[in-house]
Amino acid sequence: MNASAGHGASVRIEACGKTFIDGTRALEPATLDIARGETLVLLGPSGCGKTTMLRIIAGLELPDPGGKVLFDGKDMTSVPIERRNVGMVFQSYALFPNMSVSDNIGYGLKIRGVPAKERAARVAELVALTNIAGLENRRIDQLSGGQRQRVALARAVAIRPGILLLDEPLTALDAALRDRLRGELNRLLRALGITTIYVTHDQAEAMELGDRVVVMQKGTIAQIGTPREIYFTPQSRFVAEFIGAANIIESPIENGHLVLLGGRQAIGGGASMPAAVAMIRPETIRVVETGSAPLSGVIDSVSFIGDRQRLVISGVSNRLFTVDAPNTVQAKAGERVGLLISPDAVRLLPSNN
Amino acid sequence: MSHRSFVWLCLLPLAVVTAAFFLLPMARLVVTGAEGPQGVAGYLAILTEPRYRATLINTVALAAATTIVTLIVATIAGMFLQRHRFPGRAVLIAMLTFPLAFPGVVIGFLIILLAGRQGLIGDLSNRMLGEKLVFAYSIYGLFLGYLYFSIPRVILTIMAAVQKLDVGLEEAARSLGASPWAVQRDVVLPALAPAFVASGAIAFATAMGAFGTAFTLATNIDVLPMLIYTEFTLAANFSTSAALSVGLGIITWFILALARSFSGSAVAAAG
Ligand SMILES: Nc1ncnc2c1ncn2[C@@H]1O[C@H](COP(=O)(O)OP(=O)(O)OP(=O)(O)O)[C@@H](O)[C@H]1O
Ligand SMILES: [Mg+2]
Repeated sequence: MNASAGHGASVRIEACGKTFIDGTRALEPATLDIARGETLVLLGPSGCGKTTMLRIIAGLELPDPGGKVLFDGKDMTSVPIERRNVGMVFQSYALFPNMSVSDNIGYGLKIRGVPAKERAARVAELVALTNIAGLENRRIDQLSGGQRQRVALARAVAIRPGILLLDEPLTALDAALRDRLRGELNRLLRALGITTIYVTHDQAEAMELGDRVVVMQKGTIAQIGTPREIYFTPQSRFVAEFIGAANIIESPIENGHLVLLGGRQAIGGGASMPAAVAMIRPETIRVVETGSAPLSGVIDSVSFIGDRQRLVISGVSNRLFTVDAPNTVQAKAGERVGLLISPDAVRLLPSNN
Repeated sequence: MSHRSFVWLCLLPLAVVTAAFFLLPMARLVVTGAEGPQGVAGYLAILTEPRYRATLINTVALAAATTIVTLIVATIAGMFLQRHRFPGRAVLIAMLTFPLAFPGVVIGFLIILLAGRQGLIGDLSNRMLGEKLVFAYSIYGLFLGYLYFSIPRVILTIMAAVQKLDVGLEEAARSLGASPWAVQRDVVLPALAPAFVASGAIAFATAMGAFGTAFTLATNIDVLPMLIYTEFTLAANFSTSAALSVGLGIITWFILALARSFSGSAVAAAG
């Protein structure tokens, strides 16, 4: 869609913390830059402050004194939401029940005094874009969840916002629909080119949609990076465990090797440490004959997932070890197998968290 | 016992109560109304006889004014009370809803204390303007009394409705650029429409038929319940008072039905 391209604004939040009147500290002072046209995902477990940060950017919540919100370098901290030109999609969609689908989509334009004819054209454009043709005159309670989600998105985008804010827009939908809409949403966001801030607690959504992902933990930013950086080089145990599956190993290191129950695993280099924390992703481990790998263990269970199988292996370290093997590998519970892991696949984590 | 006969058995008490307390007296009332010198035409007297017609118009105007002013005052107050937390809020709500238990006589008494010959307003205006302002014994006093009577009821309904409002809708409207006024107009008021109809209907019906307050203030205020009373007790004109009663019921019912269908679309959409 040409009309909206290049409408994005850059966002900077500066030392924005939030303490609610009841004393709840929802957000520690955080600073974050979001480039024009970028899609940034706020990811984290429930209650970590994602919505709070989004609402501060939207102007629905004031940051604690000292915090600042800037759009394109302009201080917006005291500008109310109705004058920030942000598009918002709420988790509950918040569609107006007393208006039809097209009146919902056109509401922001009507408020801006856009003439009826121009408004109708823009609404038609968005109806086509979000694939809801034929529903224009329906009432909101006559729509399915997925259709509501599209209407909410169309309504938010109709005003050509500088920034699009989405708070868990897919969470209310069932898994299959969520997967389908995720792809659709991704294409749409790319096409629109608006600066987008997307809140979710679903890491698959974050990976697929985000140019960059902000992983949040208890009101603080745990890590910011591209999906690949977050996945392959987590900077803390929290991030490693929150994103994807991870084997966390606590063991001493001797001459560049993790010393484990099931053998010694090279990590590259020749360092020694009395205690270290390391992470190994399940899909980086190859199952081989015992003897052809330095590490071995006994298969505890095998779950066939379809495209792959997940093996749980005991006796490698002091916890169960998870391995994702191709679905062609013959593996049976009770069998002893060797585990081949490249030294690059082992990531050391700071041991304090 | 079959399921069917059990249901019929349960209906029996309802049928008895309906017949004894509702249908029979109503039927008697309707029959009595047609037993006057003019026969069935006595029913039309409420519209044709100038004095009755003037009283009817007076009553409807008073009830409508009471309903509208009550809704405006109660909505603003109810919205504020539900949305804000401040010291003394609980006490204020308790005070506002205190008159709920008062009978019409007490309300009338309070109006006389306020705007009667020895009243507060009279005293004040006498001191400031040199003229004693007394309106307790007129239709204005009655209007004030009805406001006092219906505001507590309506406030409670509105507060309950405001509590159920989805704040997300207001935030969504604001994110789309709506000013606070536009949010009220496009989101809040439509969502409150069912509460307006429900509580407005009660305020209106009460104001149409309330008697105690009017009787306490003065016996010559021109409203239908007073007219029925004078026809019944003073003139012993049973058939006219019966016809007027039936007329009062029908007209109130008709106006409420009209209001409901008028706001019906809004209610359905907001539901
Ligand atoms: N109005 C409020 N008053 C007091 N505390 C609040 C308020 N809103 C949120 N909180 C608290 O602030 C913290 C962060 O809330 P927030 O809604 O930002 O979490 P979240 O990351 O969006 O969680 P979720 O994924 O469950 O939506 C929580 O502990 C929450 O209880
Ligand atoms: Mg949230």
